[in-house]
Amino acid sequence: MTDAQDRAARERELEQLEEQLAQMRASGADTADLEARVQALREAVWRHPSPWQVVQAARHPQRPKLGDYLTRIFTDVVELHGDRLFGDDPAVFAGLARLDGEPVVVVGHHKGKDTRENVYRRWGMPNPEGYRKAARLFRLADKLGLPVVALVDTPAAYPGVEAEERGQAEAIARSIFTLVQLRSPVVVAITGEGGSGGALAIGVGDRVLMMQYAIYSVIPPEGCAAILWRDAARKEEAASALKLTAQDLLELGVVDEVVPEPLGGAHRDPDRAAAALHEALTRHLGEVRALPPEERIRCRYDKYRRMGRFSLRPAHAAAPSDDPRSADVR
Amino acid sequence: MLNWLRRPKYESVERRDIPAGLWAKCPRCAQLVYRKELERNLKVCPKCGYHHRLSGPERLRLLVDEGTFQEWDADLASEDPLGFPEYADRYRQAVQRTGRPEAVLCGRGRIDGVPAAVAVLDFDFLGGSMGSVVGEKVARTFERAVDLRLPVVTCSASGGARMQEGVLSLMQLAKTVAAVGRLHAAGLPFVSVLCDPTTGGVTASFAMLGDVHVAEPGALIGFAGARVIEQTIRQKLPEGFQTAEFLLRCGLVDLIVPRAELKATVARLLHLMGAGEVVG
Ligand SMILES: [Zn+2]
Repeated sequence: MTDAQDRAARERELEQLEEQLAQMRASGADTADLEARVQALREAVWRHPSPWQVVQAARHPQRPKLGDYLTRIFTDVVELHGDRLFGDDPAVFAGLARLDGEPVVVVGHHKGKDTRENVYRRWGMPNPEGYRKAARLFRLADKLGLPVVALVDTPAAYPGVEAEERGQAEAIARSIFTLVQLRSPVVVAITGEGGSGGALAIGVGDRVLMMQYAIYSVIPPEGCAAILWRDAARKEEAASALKLTAQDLLELGVVDEVVPEPLGGAHRDPDRAAAALHEALTRHLGEVRALPPEERIRCRYDKYRRMGRFSLRPAHAAAPSDDPRSADVR
Repeated sequence: MLNWLRRPKYESVERRDIPAGLWAKCPRCAQLVYRKELERNLKVCPKCGYHHRLSGPERLRLLVDEGTFQEWDADLASEDPLGFPEYADRYRQAVQRTGRPEAVLCGRGRIDGVPAAVAVLDFDFLGGSMGSVVGEKVARTFERAVDLRLPVVTCSASGGARMQEGVLSLMQLAKTVAAVGRLHAAGLPFVSVLCDPTTGGVTASFAMLGDVHVAEPGALIGFAGARVIEQTIRQKLPEGFQTAEFLLRCGLVDLIVPRAELKATVARLLHLMGAGEVVG
């Protein structure tokens, strides 16, 4: 049995025990023994999760979604609809709300709770009008001086014919363009799946937080494995190679803080996960709010300007160059 | 018979369509063309008008006046920040095969006499993919253009973000877009030339933020890959999907310009946008 299969088997066992425990609690039985067993198994399975385990937690069907965080963290939530250009995209939530009593603009990928809702919301994969609705709300925040909170949880921007016809790439680029220049404070939290450009489109901010078992990647592990080894089944290896966990991205300087989750994933205790996220959002927003807008924009520029790793090639090691200055195509 | 709108697949960055030898077989019309004639014709098929892909240096020679190009940041080299499987080897091979250090050439030069900052992506080098170095060089090009009061012309040919640098590659989208914002704030023009192919993270960043978008005829331009879309919607894609002509109909590019007219058109656009007045 491979390590991954072994972990998967133990995770299944853990979920069965957790279900038993919930039933016993409901019936008022004595649960002390079972609780101890569940806790021990949770420790064993999740103390040092593999990157692939984290991928599975991030995609867990019961993982808290945008709606779960909206009700637990914000009050007075009013969803707003439409990009004023083409339509309304149910894969993106955008609206006004209060965070700790103060008005904010909230934007996020909107995954559904069940298959029916997920079909309607395209599993949180936006079309261009979703990003354009988001950008519209970013501009509103800018106009009113409201802070922006963006919650990221998407497998990808939707790969569809109509999405391409309506300019998916332009919509993503334009949304990023709007965010980097926004006068308002912007705090981003990657809560589940950070699927490449589809995530980054609303994921550029003064602070970027990442939930402990969220993932953020330039390509899904399956796609990476298919390209690298022509074998999508090697997704576990690809998940490790891509450095897509919160801890990896903290070390690479891409995220600013890892928000702790209950051991084994936010779905095991959504209230506690939401409370931790709430605390982090409040704290970071307070910090970036204290800066004057121009200073904030400059810091945000520098933050992204610094990202990446490269070195200077010593002159003698430079490759012989086909000097474009001396030649002519004719 | 080959469908003339449907582009050939590009499994490899080696230009198999132009084998060494006197004759080249056109991937679109399948006719044999005398190589010298093809070169003279700027690598546009004289029989069917198919625009063969150009390397970065070829593109520069096409666009920038002879003897005016000063390269910037030629010494920036990629690292392997994730220790990604096979990356170091593939990178070294790309350097050896192309004789160039990265997938982008940046600098200043004149385009029909108009001074401009130029960034040219090179599809020959790891599919023109954008990793840390490409993102950094493109961002610096925009920043220098602001300092020197120059317009920017980018020529894109890229499969997107470079997988081997993971999320650091994704962050180059934000970095380059932020730099475009600086040029925008400085009131300087930006012409984005979209060459075959421009997809993924490059399309979803600076390449789609030009004041004017110019595409080469037949160029593949899009965000998601055709195969991914087909798998998602489980349908065949429409004729000519994601070609320059398709994007023109969708309102996403301004002009489709044949290669022979590209340089003059870009220069004219720069003049009309006030760039000729600026002395570089
Ligand atoms: Zn031909």
